[in-house]
Amino acid sequence: MSDTANSSQNPALQSESAIKRFFRATEIDARMLGMIAALILIWCLFDIASGIMRGNFGGLLGGSFLTPRNLWTLLVQTSSIAVMSTGMVLLIVMRQLDLSVGSMLSMVAVAGAVLQVFKLAPVLGVGHWSIWMVGVLACIALGAAVGAFNGWLTAYAKIPAFIVTLGGLLAYSGIAFYMAKGETVAPMDKTFEVFGGGIPLSWLGPFWSWMLALLVCASIIFAIINGRRQRLRFKFPLRPVWAEVFLAVLGSAVVLGITHVMNSYPWPFKLIENYAKANGVTIPAGVEDRDGTAVCMAGEQVVRCTSGLVYYTGYSLPVIVALVVGIVMTFLATRTMFGRYVYAIGGNPEAAELAGINTKMMIVKVFALMGALVGVSAIISSARLNAATNALGLTNELYVIAATVIGGTSLAGGVGTIYGAMIGALMMQSIISGMSLLNLPAAFQNVVVGAVLVLAVYLDQLYSRRVK
Amino acid sequence: MAKSAKKFAPARKAPAKKVAKPAVRSAAKAPAKVIEVHDIPAAVRGAEPHKNLRDRGTPLIEMRDISIAFGGIKAVDHATVDLYPGEVVGLLGHNGAGKSTLIKVLSGAYKRDAGQIFIEGQEVNIDNPRDAKALGIETIYQTLALADNVDAAANLYLGRELKTNFGTLDDVAMEAECRKVMHRLNPNFRRFKEPVSKLSGGQRQSVAIARAIHFNARILIMDEPTAALGPAETAQVGELIKQLKAEGIGIFLISHDLHDVFDLADRVTVMKNGKVVGTARTSDVNHDDVLGMIIAGKCPPGAMPGPGAMRDAA
Repeated sequence: MSDTANSSQNPALQSESAIKRFFRATEIDARMLGMIAALILIWCLFDIASGIMRGNFGGLLGGSFLTPRNLWTLLVQTSSIAVMSTGMVLLIVMRQLDLSVGSMLSMVAVAGAVLQVFKLAPVLGVGHWSIWMVGVLACIALGAAVGAFNGWLTAYAKIPAFIVTLGGLLAYSGIAFYMAKGETVAPMDKTFEVFGGGIPLSWLGPFWSWMLALLVCASIIFAIINGRRQRLRFKFPLRPVWAEVFLAVLGSAVVLGITHVMNSYPWPFKLIENYAKANGVTIPAGVEDRDGTAVCMAGEQVVRCTSGLVYYTGYSLPVIVALVVGIVMTFLATRTMFGRYVYAIGGNPEAAELAGINTKMMIVKVFALMGALVGVSAIISSARLNAATNALGLTNELYVIAATVIGGTSLAGGVGTIYGAMIGALMMQSIISGMSLLNLPAAFQNVVVGAVLVLAVYLDQLYSRRVK
Repeated sequence: MAKSAKKFAPARKAPAKKVAKPAVRSAAKAPAKVIEVHDIPAAVRGAEPHKNLRDRGTPLIEMRDISIAFGGIKAVDHATVDLYPGEVVGLLGHNGAGKSTLIKVLSGAYKRDAGQIFIEGQEVNIDNPRDAKALGIETIYQTLALADNVDAAANLYLGRELKTNFGTLDDVAMEAECRKVMHRLNPNFRRFKEPVSKLSGGQRQSVAIARAIHFNARILIMDEPTAALGPAETAQVGELIKQLKAEGIGIFLISHDLHDVFDLADRVTVMKNGKVVGTARTSDVNHDDVLGMIIAGKCPPGAMPGPGAMRDAA
């Protein structure tokens, strides 16, 4: 905001273009805008390509990518990596790295599953109300403990994090294999399954999705007003009112738009039928239409139709969990001393130490936080699969690090944002599921993801060189 | 003879593994002459009528017999320095003479192996930078020790952030305070929202200085505060030092620039090979005397010799 003041005080800056003035006034991060533009471009390209490949599917651009169904699935698929990437941001900002998150996810998920399936269920009875809670807490606690152990080895035993977590990558997956005895541990507790987003119980439904959206919009507006009030309190230069209004409208529009898409995705046909039968809801009579999403009775038969009984999913729980994690982590990173120290250590570890920060303890804490987030992702992944195996988190570490780096976190430390990493995770998942949609082979997908990672970092370098 | 005994004493002690205790022990076992040399600063202060450096009451800070070694190298070897309120003491010596190390013991960056630190006559324990800051010891490091990726206000308050009632960072309040203190140091400074890596050398220096003086320091350590500055900015720092001095703050000034030191310091303490060569009032010695102390370790008549002083065989 001081920048806007400067520009009005400094005649040299007044001649800048309208676009520059716009960015200055709204303080929109140009890099984030670039990422979102790239994301939208990727989406459009996939939609067009899938449309050309398979004939018209009714997506926004004639393909099957920009459909509520695909976008909804995309968000659910992204949530696990997105949750872990928020922790990886802090680690990489602090000049550390965790290569063990994938193996740790397998280990934690298998431990949680073994606890539920083989320990708690036989004792308490299958489906006991406390099993899911114990499972959730155990996963997060185990993750945090393993993370803290990684951190302790790094900070106090002074082993480089790369080595510690490379060892962890091997060791934790081996432990996962032993715990699972090489088998798939299933099924998870019924309530636990809601964290996977695969059952009706984990869907918020249109009404509560809209309520949530309105709450978020209200928070955006409150944050803008509060920020303005704070700056008034100290008589700092303010953003122009049009810029504040623009940000509030833009933020709300994005939230409402996403909510609308989420609320346009109907339950799968079979689930509607089952739900209606189980709850005694009468299915209206109608004419069969194979492309429809609603459920009708055509005589004695239950069929798909265009206007009949239909339920919409709204936000699903893993997405909400990821968003909450994102908000909490952003708060932690930007509004608390903890976050300030993480960035300061990343900027200059020696200076942080001289300023009286206990840098070793901070390293342990951030690794523990990373571990806890791995626990959260382990819950999401195993609940989504309704099972846990020692291969559940295989190569996840690479996706998490790639998402973080694509999201603008510098491996040199000191620079990175939570939202950037989450958008990075979304971008990577978009590329992966877009290529799956086009039936491209997995090997080719790896080539593309690898190339995108390198390209993203290259573009970022170009950008930061130009900014300097 | 004494000269060579003096010279080789540290070499003999150097291989000792655990530094603190062996150093003391070997000092006790060493020839009488060496002990005598070691003991001069502490012993002399009360007895010898040397250079009206006494009779000024309790020093603001006294570092007595400080030793610290890194892997067998004695970076600081039984060094004793003191500082009075409103006084500027210049610390001089070659690169590697131990000035910065000695000062880092005081600022809590290094933990001493042996020796005591007194503040206003009270022995204090400084184990980390936090301890030093709590005692009102602030440091401007040669490297500035700024976190380059965050803004001026964040650096100013690093380690002692202002918090809101909810326990979150009060960035707005910190920025407001930062604007005040920076205005005093560098009225043209406006780049409050940019990371300090984008600032000029002089601006970065003002942030480091602001951090040191903002928290009511009693003792200020300035390690090469003008190394990165142009002539005008150097003069500005000189003015600041005089102003702080007038406020009764004691300042240790480390510098290579003899002119600066003679301009600003009341006394100089010269170090060589980790030992104190001697201490003198700047009014009692000239540039050449001080150069002789720095280069040859030769203590001029106007100075009070320390354990590092070259002694004539007589």
